[in-house]
Amino acid sequence: MRTAPLGHNVSLERRAWNIRRHAILMGEVQGQGYIAQALDVADILATAYFHAMRYRPDDPGWGERDRFLLSNGHYAIALYAALIEAGIIPEDELETYGSDESRLPMSGMASYTPGMEMSGGSLGLGLSIAVGKCLGLKRKRSDSRVYTLFSDGELDEGSVWEAIMSAAHHKLDNLIAIVDVNNQQADGPSTTVMGLEPLKDKLEAFGWFVQRIDGNDLAAVRAAFDAAKAQHGQCKPSMIIADTLMGKGVPFLEAREKNHFIRVESHEWRLALDALDERKPS
Amino acid sequence: MKPAAPKTDAGKPRLTTSAMIASIAGEGQRTKPAPFGHALVELAKEDGSILGMTADLGKYTDLHIFAQAFPDRYYQMGMAEQLLFGAASGLAAEGFTPIATTYAVFASRRAYDFIHQTIAEEDRNVKIACALPGLTSGYGPSHQATEDLALFRAMPNMVVIDPCDAHEIEQVVPAMVRHKGPVYMRLLRGQVPLVLDEYGYSFELGKAKLLRDGYEVLFISSGIMTMRALEAAKALVSDRIDAGVLHVPTIKPLDAATILACCAKPGRLVVVAENHTVNGGLGEAVAGLLMRKGVHPAFRMIGLPDEFLAAGALPTLHDRYGISTEALCARVKGWLK
Repeated sequence: MRTAPLGHNVSLERRAWNIRRHAILMGEVQGQGYIAQALDVADILATAYFHAMRYRPDDPGWGERDRFLLSNGHYAIALYAALIEAGIIPEDELETYGSDESRLPMSGMASYTPGMEMSGGSLGLGLSIAVGKCLGLKRKRSDSRVYTLFSDGELDEGSVWEAIMSAAHHKLDNLIAIVDVNNQQADGPSTTVMGLEPLKDKLEAFGWFVQRIDGNDLAAVRAAFDAAKAQHGQCKPSMIIADTLMGKGVPFLEAREKNHFIRVESHEWRLALDALDERKPS
Repeated sequence: MKPAAPKTDAGKPRLTTSAMIASIAGEGQRTKPAPFGHALVELAKEDGSILGMTADLGKYTDLHIFAQAFPDRYYQMGMAEQLLFGAASGLAAEGFTPIATTYAVFASRRAYDFIHQTIAEEDRNVKIACALPGLTSGYGPSHQATEDLALFRAMPNMVVIDPCDAHEIEQVVPAMVRHKGPVYMRLLRGQVPLVLDEYGYSFELGKAKLLRDGYEVLFISSGIMTMRALEAAKALVSDRIDAGVLHVPTIKPLDAATILACCAKPGRLVVVAENHTVNGGLGEAVAGLLMRKGVHPAFRMIGLPDEFLAAGALPTLHDRYGISTEALCARVKGWLK
């Protein structure tokens, strides 16, 4: 539940669309960015920030907030877009994205940006930090939750499985992790770089409450967040495996040959905005 | 045939086992048990933010003392050092003061990126206390943390402390908790030698202290090498060599003013002695400082060689690699000839 009114009766569809739009505008500033990932994860971020999480836009360090950890720091462009939409970062600041002295560096870092809870960049850190935060919140008898977004490629890191094992061992039912399965990492499709499947079975075997959904189906994403939150008191951490489509919402990017870092030509940023604008939800 | 064990002065056979854990206390030396664990318990009685965490080495880092006193403030993270330090960062971000322990090799080598990114870069208030620093295990390179100081010195935001004995460890524990930010401390555990109480010494973060003055030689040392340097200085008296000892327990930030003042005294041989590879530790830190400031005494370094060290008993290895008291005396006498 949001605690500050920032536009009443705005649909999640529209929030997700706005997040995509902010992200494309930031990408245009630098002529680059992990835009395909930002587009694929926009529905998840919209649901987190405008349906699931408790926070105060004017007080990003509020003690009772739900924490959001961005483990995949290269998705910073997506989280900045969500933080702008949430009113934590002023909208006009997106023009500074990735520039010298900006609070919005290309890779997310805790010390730079309000609302950025950890320093990513080096992949596979987020879940370990989340375990500590969850232990700390339980120790403080806080009912705040820790949401942690990470990418499928991070599951190659052994440390991620250390954290997965320990979250179950410590019964961290205040942890909701979301893994963005877009099946794309630096050297190619995750299925060829390092096979992860059957991921749901693996995570269940590790003692988690696991849901697998289409991460671009807002109704499904919302239901998954609700079910994960309902796990509070069940002594199990929750994992949402979200299968997503890179470039979602901009058809010519959806269709582009998949790559970890999708090249967008300078004239294409406007085309991407136009394509998005044609699909503006009410 | 098994080689005969070398005899000690007292006539007893000297240990020759390449054990993982062996006391560094000399024959008949005064010791205190588990000073780190007991000091932490005392401090935690006053400071409710303190938590203990380990990666399956509670018993071997004296953290079990804390675990017994405060079982609900103790987190066993399993044999998973990356998780240990990432989770410590998370607990610190929630306002706690985690004291995370493991062996120095695992913190410095296995979990370096986790400490770098989640603790140092985020400037989290985590205290990292690591046993088996330098050459204090006979088990071989897997457990000999000969490069931990170089690695943590190179990390921004990190304070690095190398205490000498039980007396100092008892004072380092509250001092490092008073300091807000990441700290790496080398930990001596088990029966820990007691030396510095006789020198009226007190630890201050960032301060080097002259324990003994001497006009011909000045040892600059940290950790157990201060104990060795003090013994060497005593022994060198019989050779009519007057040696002083400057103890530098805080490797970073270095007490530049005191080191420069002591090294500027004319006519004195400066010998840095460290339980660490000669690459990137106290020796090179002091050398760099002196060069930058234009202070040029006669200068020598005693430290571990740039190689993978052998397995063996600690006394054997300390002799072989030149960090025993006898080796210190021999080197100094050779240099003064």
